[in-house]
Amino acid sequence: MTRRQLTRAGYNAAAVLVLLVTLFPIYWMVATGFKRGSDILSFEPRWLPIPGTLENYRSAIAKPNFLQDVRNSLVVVVATVLISLVLAFLAALAAARFNFRGRAVLIIMLIVVQMVPLEALIIPIYLMLDGAGQTDRLAGIVVTYLTFVLPFSIWTLRGFIVNIPEELEEAAMVDGCTRAGAFRRILFPLVAPGLVATAVFSFILVWNDYLIAYVLLRSPEKQTLGIWLASFTTNHGTEWGGVMAGSTLFAIPAVVFFLLVQRRVVSGLTAGAVKG
Amino acid sequence: MKQTARPDPFGGELAPPRTPPTARPATDLAGRPAVAPRPPGSRRRRLRPLVPYALLAPALLVLAAILGFPMYRLVSLSFQRYGLKELFAGRGTFIGLDNYREIVTDPFFWTVVARTLVFASVAVGLTMTLGTLVALLLRNLGRRMRVLVTAGLVAAWAMPTLTAISIWQWLFDFEFGVVNWLLTRLGVGGYEQHNWFDQPLQGFAVIVLVVVWAALPFVAITLHAGLTQVPAELEEAARVDGAGPWQVFRHITFPVLKPVFLILATLSTIWDFKVFTQIWVMLNQRPSREYFLLGIWSYSESFGVTRYGKGAAIAVVMVVLLLLVTSFYVRQMLRAVGP
Repeated sequence: MTRRQLTRAGYNAAAVLVLLVTLFPIYWMVATGFKRGSDILSFEPRWLPIPGTLENYRSAIAKPNFLQDVRNSLVVVVATVLISLVLAFLAALAAARFNFRGRAVLIIMLIVVQMVPLEALIIPIYLMLDGAGQTDRLAGIVVTYLTFVLPFSIWTLRGFIVNIPEELEEAAMVDGCTRAGAFRRILFPLVAPGLVATAVFSFILVWNDYLIAYVLLRSPEKQTLGIWLASFTTNHGTEWGGVMAGSTLFAIPAVVFFLLVQRRVVSGLTAGAVKG
Repeated sequence: MKQTARPDPFGGELAPPRTPPTARPATDLAGRPAVAPRPPGSRRRRLRPLVPYALLAPALLVLAAILGFPMYRLVSLSFQRYGLKELFAGRGTFIGLDNYREIVTDPFFWTVVARTLVFASVAVGLTMTLGTLVALLLRNLGRRMRVLVTAGLVAAWAMPTLTAISIWQWLFDFEFGVVNWLLTRLGVGGYEQHNWFDQPLQGFAVIVLVVVWAALPFVAITLHAGLTQVPAELEEAARVDGAGPWQVFRHITFPVLKPVFLILATLSTIWDFKVFTQIWVMLNQRPSREYFLLGIWSYSESFGVTRYGKGAAIAVVMVVLLLLVTSFYVRQMLRAVGP
């Protein structure tokens, strides 16, 4: 083998290792979800889920409040994403397309605000909502999610808008559009994919939450899917088939949405961060 | 500037573009002739500078209410005694710096701070180092292999945190976990029935693994995207001049990547410094005190033993430490963003 072939082989070996580390855990989750109990509890791992069973999925879905939790999660996610998208779009427009006093301060604030950990703010937020009688209410949890989804959305959308050449709108205005008309006819169609990407990424942020739902929602019929999933693991002698089936179900919406927008979010985040 | 007669949804004419547009034929993008100009009204002109503020107002008002006020409340809580009694009464008792005094005189505080700092630096260091290596690897792979590895990274990235946690819990299960089986098979030692969470050091190793596994794809893919900005000729020229791989990376590749690298390092620091869910759920919502980081400690003082004042003080310390740690990056980032 030549030196060149050797390096190539080395790179490919490293690539296989990366593939194993990233994909095997996911494969193992899916496979375990389809295994029979005796194959899961085997000291020698059974690599393939053959013969398979749907029993784990059945028992995961049959858990109390599953459907109610799905509904709660959907309500919370949709409300949070819609509210934050509307507010963030207007704010991002201002931050990306206008010169005004305090613009630099605003941008700095947007960065700093995202650094304040929710893990710290959950205490006053809990006490505030408790005082207003809004703990254990879906409205309270939507408001809490906005604390991190809204700054994130403004920041990301600003990145998308900054990336659209201003000259396009200028050309439209030379051709007789108002500034607002140029926004609606030129900028808005171009930024629409960015809006979708931001919405989907906000969805994932909310879907991923555990802490807030755990602190704010107490009664079983108010909980979201994240709590449903975590409730599998608390019992002694975890029932791994059910946990893996539940984890798979929980991951599916996030994965589907994520695959739709992954590419855009990388460019949006970094572009927004490096361009003035 | 020409205007159409259409109602303006933003309630006023917007500020003129920064660069004066050059003359172009008076048709819109679809090629239709432009509508006849109309002189802008004086009221519109007066309102023009207010437009950006009007656009910002709803978002800023909401943020002030749900973010600004809790931030103020967090600080004020940290100067109060606020327990079960105060919770029922709805107001705390001002006790000055007592909460802070109690924390800093507790040796446990310094243990937790040190533990949090070490945890975050190990996790961030591993994430950034491995992420850079994988990004560089992606560049050196053939097309098919690169697509495969990217797909694997994206799959891991897409996993929700809670899913990732239960996957790794299962892999590290003491009885039937694949990791114990593999280590025993490889002859590393007797890992049958080995409980990784008995010893905090090993437990934290597993937690760092979960955190890094989840964060690495984002870092690697973003850095790989950044690598396409590095001019290949420059690297080639350096190589021709006799620079080794490390020197090429250090002097050519890294400077171009630096802005992206800083952002990623900042984000990772923020995420890893306040890590909560991974520890809390991995240890079945009952972590022992050896597993406390600042976030967990603050949570357990507040919601576990209902001492919200002390919990708030710990949280304030956590925020201040986080700001100190990240201020270095943020200064560099702001330099990149410019005024």
